[in-house]
Amino acid sequence: MKKLQVLGPGCPKCMELAKRSEEAAKAAGGDFEVEKVSDLSKIMAFGIMITPALVVDGVVKVVGQVPSVDEIKKIIS
Amino acid sequence: MDNQNIQDKEAGIVVTYTAAKQPTCLISKWETATAELSARQILKLILLGLALVAWYPIYSQLIPFSNWITYDLLRITRGTHLGDAVSFFFLDIPKVFMLLILVIWAVGVLRSFFTPERTRTILAGKREVLGDVLAALLGVVTPFCSCSAVPLFIGFVEAGIPISVTFAFLISAPMVNEIALVLLFGLFGWRIALIYMSMGLLIAMVTGWIIGRLNMERQVEDWVYEIRMGQTPALLQKLTWMNRIDYGLHQVKDIVGKVWLYIILGIGAGAAIHGYVPEGFLAALMGKQAWWSVPVAVVLGAPLYSNAAGIIPVVQALLEKGAALGTVLAFMMSIIGISFPECVILRKVLKPRLIAVFIGVVTVGIIIVGFIFNAIM
Repeated sequence: MKKLQVLGPGCPKCMELAKRSEEAAKAAGGDFEVEKVSDLSKIMAFGIMITPALVVDGVVKVVGQVPSVDEIKKIIS
Repeated sequence: MDNQNIQDKEAGIVVTYTAAKQPTCLISKWETATAELSARQILKLILLGLALVAWYPIYSQLIPFSNWITYDLLRITRGTHLGDAVSFFFLDIPKVFMLLILVIWAVGVLRSFFTPERTRTILAGKREVLGDVLAALLGVVTPFCSCSAVPLFIGFVEAGIPISVTFAFLISAPMVNEIALVLLFGLFGWRIALIYMSMGLLIAMVTGWIIGRLNMERQVEDWVYEIRMGQTPALLQKLTWMNRIDYGLHQVKDIVGKVWLYIILGIGAGAAIHGYVPEGFLAALMGKQAWWSVPVAVVLGAPLYSNAAGIIPVVQALLEKGAALGTVLAFMMSIIGISFPECVILRKVLKPRLIAVFIGVVTVGIIIVGFIFNAIM
């Protein structure tokens, strides 16, 4: 199972990324767990200062951008 | 750097391991994916190149184009108020959008070199005065939106960057807005653009320095000092040129998608002022003699919030009608630089007193710049 984490304190961009990640996870069909992380100390523990960010199995894959569902699919599979 | 390489290798091992489970399927998939990608990338580069080559010839024909639409296509009589307003509108719309797309893309590519993480590394350990100057300069090129102001602030504090340097950065980023800078350059020439930039930088450096002198460290919420940041992820350290070009294109899509309506409204307002407000009408109200117009403009502008791209066409029209440059620039800076939503966001990490000081110092700074401008121009 892969773990996706969407980091963001709750701005519109972060919510969009969370929505698209869930869609991408569904479309990719694999076993995914999507978690939203809004706690700043947890976000910053990943070493980033710009949100939103997407983390796949503990590795930061996207920072400060909201890729399309297709792009996220490629990133997570 | 070595550390990063190890991480990369580890990531590579994990990938091959999972690939080994279903070798044929995944490898062929991967091959088609890269083949498709590179062909698309080549096509993209060719199209981009063509667009860049065609840009200037089109841009230089915009005046005849707007005249053609207004006077030939719409058959409006030359020299009427309506004709003036409509031709202003059809000249500024393509002009502003063309400048905007080119500039946001170019700035996006440039910015991919100045990630906030790198800026933080550059600023950490710098002495205060040098740090203030550097921070103000980096604030212009480092990409961040107001939602990231809080994590950015925490990241800077965590790296031990002094409060004054952090504020110089936070003030200069919105104050010297790259969109405003380029539109000023395109519509008014390099002198005004340069003045705008240097004044914005000066305000950021000086106000940052003042905030540093006021010993405001206790006015930052306590929990901020307890956060520990992780290591910068490998992703942010290796970008190819294709990534940078794509990053710029992403920015164009993002920003233009967000501000196009503001721009059209702004140009509409500018066109109406251009066509219907009599020449010199604003001289008494916003001219050099009316010294009080500078503070009034700044105070009026502070709660207003608009995108830089929307406000510049209005600025252009106001100037034409006799408003003084300093007054108008001060109005613009206060609209762009002091934004209420950002203050609400910053309240998470700053106590009210520091927020008040921040707004107060920046406001006074902008007013002073307005006066200086009106005095020297």
